[in-house]
Amino acid sequence: MRASNMTGEKVITADKLTKRFGDFVAVDQISFEVEKGEIFGFLGANGAGKTTAMRMLCGLSLPTSGKATVAGFDVYKDNEKIKKRIGYMSQKFSLYEDLTVKENMRFYGGIYGMSDAFIKQKTAFILHHLHLENEGNKLVKSLPLGWKQKLAFSVAIFHEPGIVFLDEPTGGVDPVTRREFWNMIYQASEIGITIFVTTHYMDEAEYCNRVSIMVDGRIEALDSPSNLKKQYNALSMDEVFLQLARKATRIES
Amino acid sequence: MTAVAVNNIVKTYGKKKEVAALYDISFEVPQGELFGVIGPDGAGKTSLFRILTTLLLADSGSATVDGFDVVKDYKAIRKRVGYMPGKFSLYPDLSVEENLNFFATIFNTSIEENYELIKDIYIQIEPFKKRKAGKLSGGMKQKLALSCALIHRPSVLFLDEPTTGVDAVSRKEFWEMLKGLKQQGITILVSTPYMDEAGLCDRVALVQNGKILSINTPQGVVQEFPYPLWAIRSDKMLALQREAAKLSSVQDIYPFGEYHHVVLKKGSTAAQLEEFIQAHQVDNAEMKTATPDIEDCFIALMKPSIDTATDSLNENASK
Repeated sequence: MRASNMTGEKVITADKLTKRFGDFVAVDQISFEVEKGEIFGFLGANGAGKTTAMRMLCGLSLPTSGKATVAGFDVYKDNEKIKKRIGYMSQKFSLYEDLTVKENMRFYGGIYGMSDAFIKQKTAFILHHLHLENEGNKLVKSLPLGWKQKLAFSVAIFHEPGIVFLDEPTGGVDPVTRREFWNMIYQASEIGITIFVTTHYMDEAEYCNRVSIMVDGRIEALDSPSNLKKQYNALSMDEVFLQLARKATRIES
Repeated sequence: MTAVAVNNIVKTYGKKKEVAALYDISFEVPQGELFGVIGPDGAGKTSLFRILTTLLLADSGSATVDGFDVVKDYKAIRKRVGYMPGKFSLYPDLSVEENLNFFATIFNTSIEENYELIKDIYIQIEPFKKRKAGKLSGGMKQKLALSCALIHRPSVLFLDEPTTGVDAVSRKEFWEMLKGLKQQGITILVSTPYMDEAGLCDRVALVQNGKILSINTPQGVVQEFPYPLWAIRSDKMLALQREAAKLSSVQDIYPFGEYHHVVLKKGSTAAQLEEFIQAHQVDNAEMKTATPDIEDCFIALMKPSIDTATDSLNENASK
């Protein structure tokens, strides 16, 4: 499946991007490009180097060698500019439980330097969109888990970033909410936000436009789910993943 | 013999008991069974396991493990169960070997005495036995925690979300280990948010919001799925979903891997859906029958009201 709004404009480029910790090569010369509006699945077994790669792209960790740009900015020189232009949602729930829904939005909007008028308008829009109009003044900790996760995604794209990085956003979430969450991902992609997502659910890999699979620090496969299944003669992405991940020789450490 | 019996357990949290974690839960697990508690975060899985391992008191109801009462006989239970909490709870500044030795000593036994039981698991981390537990990878921590939970040869083993956050390969390995333990006669209760792991259990309880939606064998759960199920796809998946949802014979439609699963209303034929797919040939639309899996069943059980709601609407209309 191809997002209708994909324009060919590259919003992430990585060229032989590498990160070493001493003798250990966590990320080994990975090269790829992600288009604007694309839903890009970033898969790999535990310890394959996903988190390290993602931290470099988010401007949180300097590469050892290689090149990369995110939203047109260089990950070495302009990492502060990158941080302003991306959204990030970690696998651990990251809103403030002791603040209300609205306070969380004001806080994150403020951090990203949004104006009061923007924050007010955007908050109303999100609450309406999530059918949470009556919950705006409730503490986040009082909300059911499924709502929290959807809210966390809305907050991650509150400042309308060009790219959002989602690190296992659906872990432990019930199957209905998991699908509602993916509907939100599609909607964000439709308005041109690029989605860079990691997941352990292989059915979710099918929902991505393209998927990369990391093994031992390298990208071993990168294509659309249907092409990968053809290439590996597999019926599902689960089979593709197992074929590749079983090749790993690196001892997790 | 019954290894675990749970009778009308209720557990609430909060000053005014306003948060219900377990709502009148009852079930039994016979000795030697691999029993799965399947449900998302917040379903009440951890509360249930903590009550059964005597670490938490229920508000009401009763439960026994190996015939012992979880309140009165808590000391006897603690001697004979193994518990692996969801959060890594070993000593990070002790080595692999020291952790295992510590737990063996606490239970008045030694690594040598029960080595046979943990051998297949421990052998994978033995090369790193001098390494501090805090420096292990996720997969290795998990194997050490399982070894420590087993070192006193428990009769019942409680594993709270052992595979959460673990990749697909390690998850498959972990379930292989559990099969091996089951063959040694140990009763295993394991909780997981991953629906696809249900098929690996002898029986499962599907839980949501503190309630049991269904208890059955995995095959039994699937056989109880009451609706005709189809899989559809086309080049425009999002639009396909939106439009198919409007069909009068369609009860529910949701993404399912590279297809959408279409749940038809009870007693509906696929004629309307076939016509719809025909009309979308330009987008290479296709359809095929689908076999429900545990996730389909869970979704249907989570939204039980749809069919009954329309039924009662129809009834009201006909009155």
